[in-house]
Formats: sequence, C-alpha cells, structure tokens
Amino acid sequence: MFESIDKLHTKNSLSFTFDGQSIAAKPDMSVAAALLNAGVFNIRVTPVSQSIRGPFCMMGACYDCLVLVDGITVQACLTQVKDGMVVNRVPLVDMSKDIS
Amino acid sequence: MIDYDLIIIGAGPAGMAAAVEATQRGLSVCILDEQASAGGQIYRNVSKVKQHQADILGPDYIAGKQLVNALQQSTAIHRKAVTVWKVDKDAKVAFSDAGRAEQIQGRHIILANGAMERPVPLPGWTLPGVLTVGAAQILMKSGSVVARDAVIIGSGPLLYLVASQLLAAGAPPRALIETQTRRNVIAALPYFGKALVQWRPLLKGIRMIMNLTFASVPRFIAATDISIEGNDSVEAVCFRAGGKTHRIETSIALLHQGVVPNTQISRSLNLEHRYNVQQHCFHPVTNELGQSSHPLFSIAGDGAGIGGANVAALSGRISALNAAACLKKISISERDRAAFVLQKLKRAELSIRPFLDALYPPPQSVLLPENDTIICRCEEVTAGDIRHYATLGCKGPNQTKSFCRSGMGPCQGRFCGLTVTELLAAEMGETHDVIGSYRIRAPLKSVTLKEFADLGVPTTME
Repeated sequence: MFESIDKLHTKNSLSFTFDGQSIAAKPDMSVAAALLNAGVFNIRVTPVSQSIRGPFCMMGACYDCLVLVDGITVQACLTQVKDGMVVNRVPLVDMSKDIS
Repeated sequence: MIDYDLIIIGAGPAGMAAAVEATQRGLSVCILDEQASAGGQIYRNVSKVKQHQADILGPDYIAGKQLVNALQQSTAIHRKAVTVWKVDKDAKVAFSDAGRAEQIQGRHIILANGAMERPVPLPGWTLPGVLTVGAAQILMKSGSVVARDAVIIGSGPLLYLVASQLLAAGAPPRALIETQTRRNVIAALPYFGKALVQWRPLLKGIRMIMNLTFASVPRFIAATDISIEGNDSVEAVCFRAGGKTHRIETSIALLHQGVVPNTQISRSLNLEHRYNVQQHCFHPVTNELGQSSHPLFSIAGDGAGIGGANVAALSGRISALNAAACLKKISISERDRAAFVLQKLKRAELSIRPFLDALYPPPQSVLLPENDTIICRCEEVTAGDIRHYATLGCKGPNQTKSFCRSGMGPCQGRFCGLTVTELLAAEMGETHDVIGSYRIRAPLKSVTLKEFADLGVPTTME
C-alpha cells in the first residue's frame, strides 16, 4: 500500500472527487499520487480488453493514468490536484458499433 | 521572427546547466519543461521538498538545488508545466500551457529531454499496483507518498538507491528480486579498474547494499521466471532463484532495468540515431560538443546516451558553448578552450559506466519476452504477435505497427518501441540499426483540436 510520509507535518488540506468518491490530498500531490495514496489503484479500463490499469511511470511517458478532468482526457500524473476538482474515469467507447 | 537565440527542451540537470551557461555567454534563452518546478526527474521538486523528504532522499538529491538556484538567478525564461508537442527542423517549437498552445522560434535548440526507464515486459506488468522503481521515487520526491511492503524487481543502481530511501522512510521493501548473474559480475570485472576513478559512487553503492543487508531486507540474486500475479491488482510476485520457486505476497511490485534515452523528439526530427550494444538502446548521434546530425540541434544529457546527472550537467554546458559558437556569440577557440575542461571532467564521470552497463544488463527474458507477454501496453500486443508478423514478412517496426497497432496507442511507442525492434532483430537475424525504429510524428503528446487552432496560422506538418 501507499501512504503519506508527512502525516505529522501538514494536514490533508484539500479534497477532490474521483467518480463521485471523495479523495483527500495535499497540495503538492498529482492526481495520480493522491489516488494511489488513497488506495485507488483502478484508474481506467483499457479499450482493447477492458482490463484494469493504474499509474505506472509517474512521469508522463506511459499514459496508463489517463483520467477525465473537466471533460478533457489528461494524464493524472501530470495534473496537480486542486480543491474541489471533479475527476472521472474515461468512459469506454463501444468499438463494436459503427460510427454513423 | 526570432523569439530567442536558444530554446532548451527539458529543465533537468542538462537543460538547467545549458541555460545558465548560455545566458552567461550572452544568449537569450527560453527553457521549456513539463514539470511545475525545475529539476527534471532526478532533482524533481528539489526546490520545494520539506526537511523530512530531504532526510529520506539524501544529499546527492539535495545537491540539485544549486542548479535550480542558478537557473532561477539567470536571465533564462523558464516556462514551467508546459508540454512540447511539435519541434520543427527550422527551430520552431510548439507547446501547450494549461490547455493553450503557443509556438516560439529559436535560432538553435538544445534537446535536454532526458531518459525514461527501460520497459520491463514480464507477465503481469500491466496490473494496477505495478509501477516502475523510478515512479516510487517520484512519489517520495513530489507528494511525499511512500510505497510500503513493496517488492522490487530488476537490476541496476537505482534499485539499491530507492530501496535505501524506502528503508529511510520506515517502509523497507519486502524483498529485492535481482536479475544480475555471476556471469554479469565476471563480464564487469575488466571494467572495474577504470571505474575506480569514480570511487565515490562505488562506495555509495556498497554502503547502500550493506545497509539493506543489515536491515534484513531479503535479496534474491540471478532470479528468473519472474511473473506478477493478481486479478484486478497485484497480489504476489513469483520467481525462481537459488534452484527454488518463490512466491512473495505484496500489493506493490516495482520494476527497473536501467534507463534509456527518450528519443521521441530526436526521432520526430529524423536525426541520425545509432544502437548502443553496451546500453541496449538507441541514442541520437552527437559529436564531442553535443552537436546532432542537424546543424540547428544539439543534444545534452541522458537523451544523448546514459551517463547520469553529473555527466548531464557537464554536457549541458558543453552544448551551450556549442550553441553560442554556432550563433557567433563566442569564437571557435573560446568554445574549444572552455569545452576542453568540461569534456575532461565528463570523461572522468563516464569512467564508471562500462562497469555498470556490464554488471546490470537487462536479461534476455526482458529483451525478448515469452510469446504471451504483452509488450505494447496501450494496444495490448504480445511478443508472440510481433514474432508472428515477422514470419508473415514484416521487416520493421513500422510494418508491424500497421498490422497490429503496436506503437499506435497514446504512449506513441515509448513503452514498446525498443522491444519491437529487439524482437524483429532476433527473428530476422539483423542488427538493430538495420531493423530501425518507429517513425515518430507530431503531435508528440496528445493535444486538443483547440490547441491546434490556438497556433492561428497554418503550420506545415511533415
């Protein structure tokens, strides 16, 4: 599990929601770090096989931590948390249906 | 219209040192970086860390503050938290800042975009709870998040560093599963004498390993058949070592097999690249001054070949001198006189590399994974798929890409490129240079249509 090492030094000072679930975070955390710290490993579902993925490289290279913030798909590890931020899982597009 | 004499991409040790040197030589400089503060990955967040983080991360990390301060005091314009997504051959750079795109024109460009961790494709590596060792370190540097009871898998100096830092944070790893073998030790021995020039990092390494031993962190050497088990997230790591099969339960598995140059930008510019057999990766071709195969582009730091932070800072300064001479701010003799000293220091710093490269090579099982192992995380393509397309006649990575979409997902081949080249080279019995790598095109990172439109004027896309 992941845990914060500065519990005694600063309090969790802000919170955001991930698919409606409230997540406590500290201002210096990325969305990905805050989710891992809160025990949320399941960040997205792959379009190919609907398998579950979580943050992997934490430096913007792997794109496995894609989430929706304000309707735009972003990398959670490159997105700083903000108080009251609304973060959602990226919805799956049904690839079996024709686009018409 | 020229905006800056020099545009530097990346504010790690190479980029920061280049910016400081170039401004001192009278160049106007803009340095673009994806992080919210300067430092790159190695000195990430170093100017903002609290004392308890500094205690865990150690003095070599904190030393990065010097470069960050020097950058802040220089006249260089530091654009933070921006994403570069297009670099043109005429030295134009497009990037996005908080969802708004801009384009700037330079007279010379230094690529200082650094390295990324080598992809470690093994069974189960896509499960949530599997991260890279570097990712666990980034979590400690920015965010103060520590991985408790993690199992660390792979080889290389970063393994011991991060294990020691976790130990210092009061979260000793459950085990180190190391892939280097006795054969690697024997292969590294001839380079040991030369490596002794760099006795400080050698001593640091020995001390870290001793601390881990004193703390009773289990170490398994020459581990094989490593796989990660779990349904929706990591549950255990299985492997063979010392003639026995082991299974260690954990919710976090951390992978590392060294770092490789990030070549996305240099590839997109079609700069000349070469495969390095000792480091098992491609790097752009540069001369002693960091000059690439294109006159307007220099490359500094790990993006030109793996050397570490000190080498990166020195090469950043050398590239800045090269840029200053190209732009006629200093004479050729001034450049050579100043570069001579730096090049000598750089060679001394590099003397440890051949030893480390031979001691901690990626194992064959990582370079050439089993058929059912996923090698392209985005499109979920397996090693067997690539071998199959090789038998159908695909001669290079750009052909397998068309057949199975490997390298076409959001990461744009960053995490499968080297493996696909390796697999095809093995299947065809060709060299890596003959097989080549993915053709990389802009946008180098995902951008919205609005960001394209922000640029206003039509731009030529190659």
